[in-house]
Amino acid sequence: MRLAFREALRAFERAPMLSMLSVTTIAFSLFAFGLFGLVALNLRQALQQVEDRVEVRGFIAAGTAPEASSAAVDDVALFPEVAQVRLVTESQALERARRELREFTDVFEEGLLPASIEVRLKPGFHDPETVARVAKRLENYDFIDDVRYGEEWVRNLYRLRNIATGAGLALGITFALVSIIIIGSTIRMAVLARSREIVIMRLVGATDGFIRAPFLIEGAIKGTLGGLLALLLTWLAVQVSGRWVMQVQFFEAPLALLGIVAGAGIGLLGSAVSVGRHLRKV
Amino acid sequence: MIRFTKVSKQYPRGGPALEEVSFSLRRGEFAFLTGPSGAGKSTILKLVYVAERPTSGEVRVDGKSSVALSRRDIPQLRRRLGVVFQDFRLLEDRTAEQNVAFALEVTGAAPSQIGPKVARALTQVGLASKATALPHELSGGEQQRVAIARALVNDPLVLLADEPTGNLDERSTRSIFQLLRDINASGTAVLMATHDLTLVRDAGFRTIELNRGRLVFDSAADDPGAQG
Repeated sequence: MRLAFREALRAFERAPMLSMLSVTTIAFSLFAFGLFGLVALNLRQALQQVEDRVEVRGFIAAGTAPEASSAAVDDVALFPEVAQVRLVTESQALERARRELREFTDVFEEGLLPASIEVRLKPGFHDPETVARVAKRLENYDFIDDVRYGEEWVRNLYRLRNIATGAGLALGITFALVSIIIIGSTIRMAVLARSREIVIMRLVGATDGFIRAPFLIEGAIKGTLGGLLALLLTWLAVQVSGRWVMQVQFFEAPLALLGIVAGAGIGLLGSAVSVGRHLRKV
Repeated sequence: MIRFTKVSKQYPRGGPALEEVSFSLRRGEFAFLTGPSGAGKSTILKLVYVAERPTSGEVRVDGKSSVALSRRDIPQLRRRLGVVFQDFRLLEDRTAEQNVAFALEVTGAAPSQIGPKVARALTQVGLASKATALPHELSGGEQQRVAIARALVNDPLVLLADEPTGNLDERSTRSIFQLLRDINASGTAVLMATHDLTLVRDAGFRTIELNRGRLVFDSAADDPGAQG
């Protein structure tokens, strides 16, 4: 194993330019991946915040007994999709309207705004069907006059989220594949540069596993270095964006670590494919 | 120790390289493989170190049959063989001793054993004083000695030499050949492919002659009818 590490490091020493080229190529493909990841992450978070505000509001008919509304609130709180239910009385609604729309304070009179039941849904229950279902159940109460939840808006929001997730996944997989191919090619160059050595190793009786090990280590080191460099580039991009464009959130530590591990994994996979193919040939 | 039984070899692109070749080589024996280019000399050596498999027939090396040998068994078998080539096949960026040590390192020898074994092998080929020289600092004959030291360092049963003097001048040829004789005298069998007929004639060792993939003469065969 020590020899395998020594041989892997020797490859960097012997072909520093080729090694740097490999690391840089890996770094840039992972950087592109990272940038897209950042966009996806921030878009997701932004959408999450908007999604969290999705609210179903049932307006209570005037003259409804407070006991009936309270009972309904308790009842609705038991729906599995529901995170929070609040009863907003007429006076609370008025107070809120006066607070939020100060310039129209004198327009709002007592009894102008109806009481309502405001329902917030749990995460994962913001899809249009669930929202519509909750709205429907709320409508079933006799004393509910009207239910609003911005049907069109919820539908668009959800569609946008689906598109962002799908595009993120598709582009992520594409970038990962491109990275594997690039790493495979750079390792292939290293394999070809050392094909003479491989021939001699086989001739004197080295096992395939032994021959493979330095290349796998080399691939993993290149992948890790590429991952670290990509992370640094992404962090710089975030700093530049924060200064000149807009504040965006950087990856949290576990996700950053996962990026580096992914780099190592891609390096390992790329070199495994490349060496395997070469060993089958010679 | 090496036994070919009706071995034929057909390369996917090209005609038959060997046709029904049978012979055997005993422990400690020295034999020449002769014949014109394309006669099948290198193919025979490749079949011994399992770089190729026979199309039909059987090759047995140190008790292992080509019929039953799995890919996993090949490295172990090769550790019992030493191979040298016309073009030396040394690693240009490593010194003579590193080239020899390489054969031990990649087969998992104990680090403490590598130094003494390398020194012994280089002494055996008369290159102890040039242990730290790089290949390009050595003459052709010296490079071939390094290659022979590398082949010997694992104490092989047989040394397979494919035109080992093909790139050397006459003086170096004689000295390399003498070295191979010495190695043989110490108990290692040698199977040497060459088209240097003067060398073959003068040496008086067993000669196996091939022509167009057929064995046409074996000086060790008692019954001429059994040849080929």
